[in-house]
Amino acid sequence: MARNHARPLSPHLTIWKWGPAMAVSILHRATGTALAVAGGIGFIWWLVAAAMGPEAYATFLKVATSWFGYLVAVGLTWSFFNHMFSGLRHFVLDVGAGYELRTNRLWSIVCMVGAVVVTIAIWGTIFAKMGAN
Amino acid sequence: MGTGTGIGRVRGLGSAKHGSQHWWRSRVTAAGNLLLVTWFVISIFRLPHLDYEGVVKWISSPLVAVPLVLLTASVFTHLRLGLQVLMEDYVHEEAGKVFWTLLLNLYAIGGAALAIFSILKIAFAGVPA
Ligand code: HEM
Ligand code: HEM
Repeated sequence: MARNHARPLSPHLTIWKWGPAMAVSILHRATGTALAVAGGIGFIWWLVAAAMGPEAYATFLKVATSWFGYLVAVGLTWSFFNHMFSGLRHFVLDVGAGYELRTNRLWSIVCMVGAVVVTIAIWGTIFAKMGAN
Repeated sequence: MGTGTGIGRVRGLGSAKHGSQHWWRSRVTAAGNLLLVTWFVISIFRLPHLDYEGVVKWISSPLVAVPLVLLTASVFTHLRLGLQVLMEDYVHEEAGKVFWTLLLNLYAIGGAALAIFSILKIAFAGVPA
């Protein structure tokens, strides 16, 4: 059937196309859950180990500074900034602003690009310092 | 629940009327997280040493221990509210709801208690010689 492309497609549960707004929405959920589970457990382990003494802390450090530990830390850094930026986006949407299609698309992209940029800046600096020593 | 049917009221169906409070507390703790977790990320990044002595010494300062306790309260309240929404969206059977509600509350409250106790123990016991 001929379709007028100037008209929006009505949403359908199984027929839809990925766009930045959808991506940032589901990423808010995914990163929030990752922070809550992996971030929360890591945070508790870190503090409990420090409170228990040098031996428990050494075990924590061994895992935290393994390649797997760094992978989780980089992932959590990205998760935090992605969630933080889309959280700030939520604040804007909460007051009823930012729903125009172009604006909404722009800020969805800014959230995701911003998180990647900040993560690379932080971990680039850390790895560069480690390489220098 | 006033507009529901009689049997619906008996079964406790309908809104529990906690929606606005849930929403508002998730925003207040989000603002708390914004401040406190950003402080935390920057501080950890700037600490010269993350070894045992360095970390214990850092946490034992009141200006670190207090924000850390507040961070724990804000993050774990926020995460409890957030995970509840997640569960409400995806878990539909009664038994599953009870199970996940219990588990996420045990995690949020138990985890926060462990973290706060550890911070206070380090702060009050001071720096080991
Ligand atoms: C045309 C398709 C879609 C429509 C009409 C739609 C509609 C909605 C609406 C009305 C909400 C509630 C908004 C709010 O809580 O403020 C929502 C939330 C949500 N949607 Fe969709 N959605 C669509 C596609 C998707 C897709 C493809 C995904 C993931 C793969 C998704 C994941 C979510 C999630 C995780 C939430 C909760 C997000 C949050 O509270 O931040 N949605 N959606
Ligand atoms: C590191 C600490 C944080 C953790 C563990 C965390 C965790 C979560 C979780 C699990 C959710 C539920 C996700 C969902 O239902 O889709 C959520 C939602 C939310 N978070 Fe966070 N978050 C953190 C930091 C932040 C920050 C810094 C902000 C704001 C700048 C923020 C703003 C929000 C908002 C506005 C929601 C509600 C979204 C909605 O109504 O659908 N969060 N968070």
